[in-house]
Amino acid sequence: MNRFAELLDRLVLTPSRNGKLTLLTDYFRAVEDPDRGLALAAITGDLNIAAVKPAMLRMLVTERMDPVLFGYSYDYVGDLAETVSLVWPQTPGKIANREPTLGEVVAKLQAASRSDGPKVLAGLLDSAGISARFAIIKLVTGGLRIGVSARLAKQALADFGKIDVAEIEELWHGLTPPYTALFAWLEGKAEKPRNTALALFRPVMLSNPVGDGDLEKLDPADYAAEWKWDGIRVQAVAEGGIRRLYSRTGDDVSGAFPDLADAMHFSATLDGELLVGDPREATGTFSDLQQRLNRKTVTPKMQQQYPAFMRCYDLLQVGGEDLRALPFRERRGRLESFVGTLDPSRFDLSPFVDFTDWQTLEELRRAPPHPIIEGVMLKRWDSAYVAGRPKGPWFKWKRDPHTVDAVLMYAQRGHGKRSSFYSDYTFGVWTGAEGEEELVPVGKAYFGFTDEELKQIDKYVRDNTIERFGPVRSVRADRDNGLVLEVAFEGLNRSTRHKSGVAMRFPRISRLRWDKPANEADRIETLQALLDR
Amino acid sequence: MRESAVTYNRLPAAELYPILRIMRASDLLHPRPEGLYCPPGDFFIDPVRPVDRALITHGHSDHARSGHRSVLATRQTLDIMGLRYGEDFAGTTQAARLGETIVLNGVSVSFHPAGHVLGSAQISVEHQGTRIVASGDYKRQRDATCAPFEPIRCDVFITEATFGLPVFRHPPDTEEIARLLKSAAQFPERSHLVGAYALGKAQRVMRLLRDAGYDRPLYIHGALAKLSEYYQSQGIDLGRLEPATVESGGKDDFTGAIVVGPPSAFADRWARRFPDPISCFASGWMRIRQRAKQGGVELPLIISDHADWDELTATIKETGAEEIWVTHGREEALVRWCELEGIAARPLHLVGYEDEGD
Repeated sequence: MNRFAELLDRLVLTPSRNGKLTLLTDYFRAVEDPDRGLALAAITGDLNIAAVKPAMLRMLVTERMDPVLFGYSYDYVGDLAETVSLVWPQTPGKIANREPTLGEVVAKLQAASRSDGPKVLAGLLDSAGISARFAIIKLVTGGLRIGVSARLAKQALADFGKIDVAEIEELWHGLTPPYTALFAWLEGKAEKPRNTALALFRPVMLSNPVGDGDLEKLDPADYAAEWKWDGIRVQAVAEGGIRRLYSRTGDDVSGAFPDLADAMHFSATLDGELLVGDPREATGTFSDLQQRLNRKTVTPKMQQQYPAFMRCYDLLQVGGEDLRALPFRERRGRLESFVGTLDPSRFDLSPFVDFTDWQTLEELRRAPPHPIIEGVMLKRWDSAYVAGRPKGPWFKWKRDPHTVDAVLMYAQRGHGKRSSFYSDYTFGVWTGAEGEEELVPVGKAYFGFTDEELKQIDKYVRDNTIERFGPVRSVRADRDNGLVLEVAFEGLNRSTRHKSGVAMRFPRISRLRWDKPANEADRIETLQALLDR
Repeated sequence: MRESAVTYNRLPAAELYPILRIMRASDLLHPRPEGLYCPPGDFFIDPVRPVDRALITHGHSDHARSGHRSVLATRQTLDIMGLRYGEDFAGTTQAARLGETIVLNGVSVSFHPAGHVLGSAQISVEHQGTRIVASGDYKRQRDATCAPFEPIRCDVFITEATFGLPVFRHPPDTEEIARLLKSAAQFPERSHLVGAYALGKAQRVMRLLRDAGYDRPLYIHGALAKLSEYYQSQGIDLGRLEPATVESGGKDDFTGAIVVGPPSAFADRWARRFPDPISCFASGWMRIRQRAKQGGVELPLIISDHADWDELTATIKETGAEEIWVTHGREEALVRWCELEGIAARPLHLVGYEDEGD
């Protein structure tokens, strides 16, 4: 249990992706079955343990210690799981000669009935030290919140077994904790597990951005063009009565889109874009789509207001036949006739963009016919469907980003290589009537600048600090003073969580405007206009 | 164990009415703006402003200030003050030998090890049959860089309460150092920057690393040099220490290195000379995850020079004191605990001490 607890503690404080991967692979290497597999399941959210409510946890602890002292402690720490793990009275002699393993803890928790759950939990907490207690409480209160996605965990498995992550993604949904066969294969001690489960994820094919000079080398006749829709990539798989919708990293998102899943009366694997609206009438914005994202369940009202549909652009499998090795032209032909058989309110076909030369396409890309289009996709007519991001067959050619001139307001110290630099910037634009203008924060960015520029901004922050809050500095920013940053972003969503009412997608610093006076930075109305389009 | 209410009837008035005891004890020591004052002895303990006569528990700057007319402290505390403030930090100095009684205006004073940092002492003040022990800062965990705490029987025990909440439970320091060494092995291409206060914590961390078998040179920030050298001169072996300066090598030379410096230095431009550093912080505060997170600490090391909750409560019992005065820190929780245990306790509102330092 302690190794798992230590892993959680390290992961939550390690900001860098590579650092997390090292911690995870080292853990998989050092820890035996079934503990490592159970840890993996806990991280990916695939571990089933009956939840314990916070009120129950509080009751258990105040039965064992003075409620006033507990109150002082909780006020100070602020986190219930952490407070309980720290103050839980340690009775000498109750701690066993060795602490329970993760496997033993999970087995006891899973075997506990609803009524004796709290007693079992208390017994486990009695037998464990502080770190292990914290980990146990995290397991039963649900949600580890350690900043590790299922995707990252799969990447760690791939690193551990020195294989491509696509192989893990393809296998994943047929596997169950504690993944003993998977680890045996990754360690080279057994054959690759054979997957007999139905409706599995097929690793998706990804595109490369069009770079400078790329197109000059390519013949327009070799490529088909489609609009790039601003939704989320989705794979719809139906097989033997099982229907699943997968995200592009193989996470099962079916639960959030029952309306779409219910319409999957077929036996095939479709690749496409998940959008909301009715494809025959109107396609909703990304903001609308966001109402449906990151939910485990979804209300009927939500389904009615923002119905989900799929704009299909590839067919990977139909019946038992795997089409992935066929050229795109042939798959597209099969796709067109296949989509024709589906519910037209839930599925439509991603239309082609007609063009003969790059110049025409460039013009179309710059002025797309629909606001939900964020560029064009180029696909080689003769390309097979391959997992990953091969260079050549597929390109994405995105619309130019929006930019806004904003004023630097706060700067936060970075991590790792950047721990001595103020490298995370919150910026704002002007709001309020003339003569009473003030800055309202509209976003945060931590990349887009060169190392040299980082040094310059860091110096500016240190020289113009007006207040400090821990790792954050408030920077002088008024009508007469301030550093103007040109910020590029992909889109804007309405947000009730931010004072400004807007949230930027993918913001980054595109230019430092040392030359521009702060009072000439943009106003909030400029951004609001983008929302209203 | 405390006696039951019934037996109180047979006790003298001062026992029966603890308030009388408080009054008597507070005639012997009580807070003044300058610090804790002893009227019959006419001296202060750890005064925060210049006074005629100061008794000083240990060398941390909030307890040991310069500019007093005369200072009584352990030899090591005097030496440390000399290193920090220059040799003329006080008019006159007198070294107190541990355990030896010195009489000041009829008040008997003695110094006893506090286990906090090198030279740290508790100060016992005894007059007309009442003994008060001022702990200064103390800890009970073993520390190879200073003499261990000795519990002194007394009537009133003045305890610090830096970590006076039941959430503060310091793990064994060897476990924390093992985590640092594990991380150093896991990330050999990065450097580990350990933030540790310049007096005491830094040297303890270095010594713990040596005791754990780490024999590579340790790189130190300039602010640690004089004090570390002093520790070495007092027979505390810290192994090979190198200045963490760019002149001593390029960025690559710090690959895999463990660097120790004051916590403030790591936010500074100074830290840029290290390759992709992992920031570590050796402090009792690191017990609270949010503290580590807010400070951008990736590897918190829960190593404290202050007593944790269990040490505080155990020490209070060990002193046998009938009354506890609680100072700098989270007084309310410790006072509450004393109430539950039937021990008279009150917060002693002293100003000028950082409750943050560890």
